[in-house]
Amino acid sequence: MIKGRVSFNEDTCKGCGLCVSVCPVKILKLDTSRVNAIGYTPAFCFEPEKCIACSSCALICPDVVITVERLES
Amino acid sequence: MSVIFKKTKGLTDTPFTYCPGCTHGIIHRLVAEVLEELNIIDRSVLIASVGCSVMSYEFFNCDAVQAAHGRAPAVATGVKRVRPDSIVFTYQGDGDLASIGTGEIVQAAHRGENITVIFVNNAIYGMTGGQMAPTTLPGQVTTTSPYGRDTHLQGEPIRISEMIATIPGAAFVERVTVVDPLTIRKAKTAIKKAFEVQLRNGGFSMVEVLSSCNIGWGLSPVDSLKFIKDKMVPYYPLGNFKDKGVQS
Amino acid sequence: MAKILMKGNEAIAQAAVSAGCEAFFGYPITPQNELIEYMAKYLAKNNGVFVQAESELAAINMVYGAAGAGARVMTSSSSPGIALKQEGISYCAGAELPVVIVSVSRGGPGLGGILPSQADYNQATRGGGNGDYKVMVLAPNGVQEATELVRKAFELAEKYRNPVMVMADGIIGQMMEPVEINPEPLPPVDRPWAAEGQRGRAQRNVVNSMNLDAYKLEQHNRDLQAKYERMEREDVMYETVQTDDADVLLVAYGTPSRIVKSAIATLREQGIKAGLFRPKTLLPFPSKQLKAAAQGKQFVLVAELSLGQMLVDVKLAIEGTVPVHFYGRTGGVIFEPSEIVDAVKSHRKGD
Repeated sequence: MIKGRVSFNEDTCKGCGLCVSVCPVKILKLDTSRVNAIGYTPAFCFEPEKCIACSSCALICPDVVITVERLES
Repeated sequence: MSVIFKKTKGLTDTPFTYCPGCTHGIIHRLVAEVLEELNIIDRSVLIASVGCSVMSYEFFNCDAVQAAHGRAPAVATGVKRVRPDSIVFTYQGDGDLASIGTGEIVQAAHRGENITVIFVNNAIYGMTGGQMAPTTLPGQVTTTSPYGRDTHLQGEPIRISEMIATIPGAAFVERVTVVDPLTIRKAKTAIKKAFEVQLRNGGFSMVEVLSSCNIGWGLSPVDSLKFIKDKMVPYYPLGNFKDKGVQS
Repeated sequence: MAKILMKGNEAIAQAAVSAGCEAFFGYPITPQNELIEYMAKYLAKNNGVFVQAESELAAINMVYGAAGAGARVMTSSSSPGIALKQEGISYCAGAELPVVIVSVSRGGPGLGGILPSQADYNQATRGGGNGDYKVMVLAPNGVQEATELVRKAFELAEKYRNPVMVMADGIIGQMMEPVEINPEPLPPVDRPWAAEGQRGRAQRNVVNSMNLDAYKLEQHNRDLQAKYERMEREDVMYETVQTDDADVLLVAYGTPSRIVKSAIATLREQGIKAGLFRPKTLLPFPSKQLKAAAQGKQFVLVAELSLGQMLVDVKLAIEGTVPVHFYGRTGGVIFEPSEIVDAVKSHRKGD
């Protein structure tokens, strides 16, 4: 099973939710409990251990917020 | 552990000024990634147009010339003719390319101008507040077609890729979209091919990208992608309309 | 180098390429067609760039792109075509690009006619593009001077990073005269701002006229204005003929100024001391010099192939210190020397 890790350049996220909509393992959501530096509710990964490094979120992110790593194992 | 996706060097550090969820950002990134992968950032010249992408010269990490509304293909012609070693591409919306700039785009294709055109079609004038474009769908409500586009009065939407493909000078014409990871990957492949045509002096190349305008359409970002899939793609079919095969 | 007999349009083209013009973008329009045809013939065989654009609008935008990429470029047209180019000229001025525009003007308004006219003085000096910008305008009086001023236009365009227009009336475009064209190319000019691909350069170059910050845009406009003031200090050009002892000062530019010279000879034969002040730069206009030349004269008579366009600049220059009269023909009609003689006489006191 391929494992991955997604990291968000949080302060450039505009909270559009496109990453959330395409994540096949449903581990992303918008953090509605706070706003980031530019006034949006940023996306984050709430179950990082489930990431499969598919890059879908990064591919559809319009603001190039997301970096994806593949964990070798 | 290895990084499999990070921001391309083809983009500057300036954050995009586009609305949340606007797919301009995806298209910018794809073009910039292609510039990096083809190792041409250093000799590329972006011709920025007028519309939402008017400030694209802030985002692409290469030299740029800002053009008047619709004139980007003429400006690109000027740059490319005097600097044929430069990679010259325009980035134009549908108001710019399909309305005020139809003369310039048709004639640049007609001359077989060795430039690449990224044509972003979102069926509306976004920057000026959501007015009707020549590409606006039948019945679509905009601020200047408040009762829906009436095709008897305002015509049927214009299909630019199909038209350009009929011009002998056009070497590569493809319509793509960016609504999910699969279509995004395909869009990038087409954009890369288009630049490869230019690298091989193959003539005019254009990629039309069906894009969203969630603010102008009055939809959420996610619903906007559904609108492209369900409403735009049936009228503007995806696919290649012209490929002289010069990119490989 | 021996003089050769050349048609004005062709001589202008040859002078431009001799000066080092690398690229030409144009569109056919009478009466400047020989110019674009000469460019097509010459540039293709001499490593130059020639593009017949789909419109004047496209042509000036190609010029904008080519100049933006750092090339020495030019376009030419005539009245209705210059009207179409105004958008691009404003962009060139805003982005501070050195470009040369030759206007071989004809009669208007609208489609007008194809015979010579000076009814585009306002078009050239006031322009129809948007914004607080100015274009330098040079007005030759014949084929030889046209070749010299085209060369000068490239120098000035590069000195100021500004569009320069050579306004040749249709007479110059169409007539043949013996000319000697300077064969030396102008020295290349550094263009560190050109957008031609970074190629290792540290900074990105962006050729642009947009600025959404009002204060920055205001400053940009002030900088442009300072440039225009410098043009006025350093590069005003004019000619005076027999003005010192004259009682009457005639003001004319372009080929009609030669008709006025004939009239002056006739007037002097008849005992009327007339002189000529001829602006060679219509913008910057030689206002101070004209005002000085007009002092003490009985009156000033402005003669134009229009119904009074430069007249306004003459009046502004003279500031009411001397009476200013006008004589003009238009629509392609060219005045005879006798008409000018009669006009001068009609305003003479006691004649």
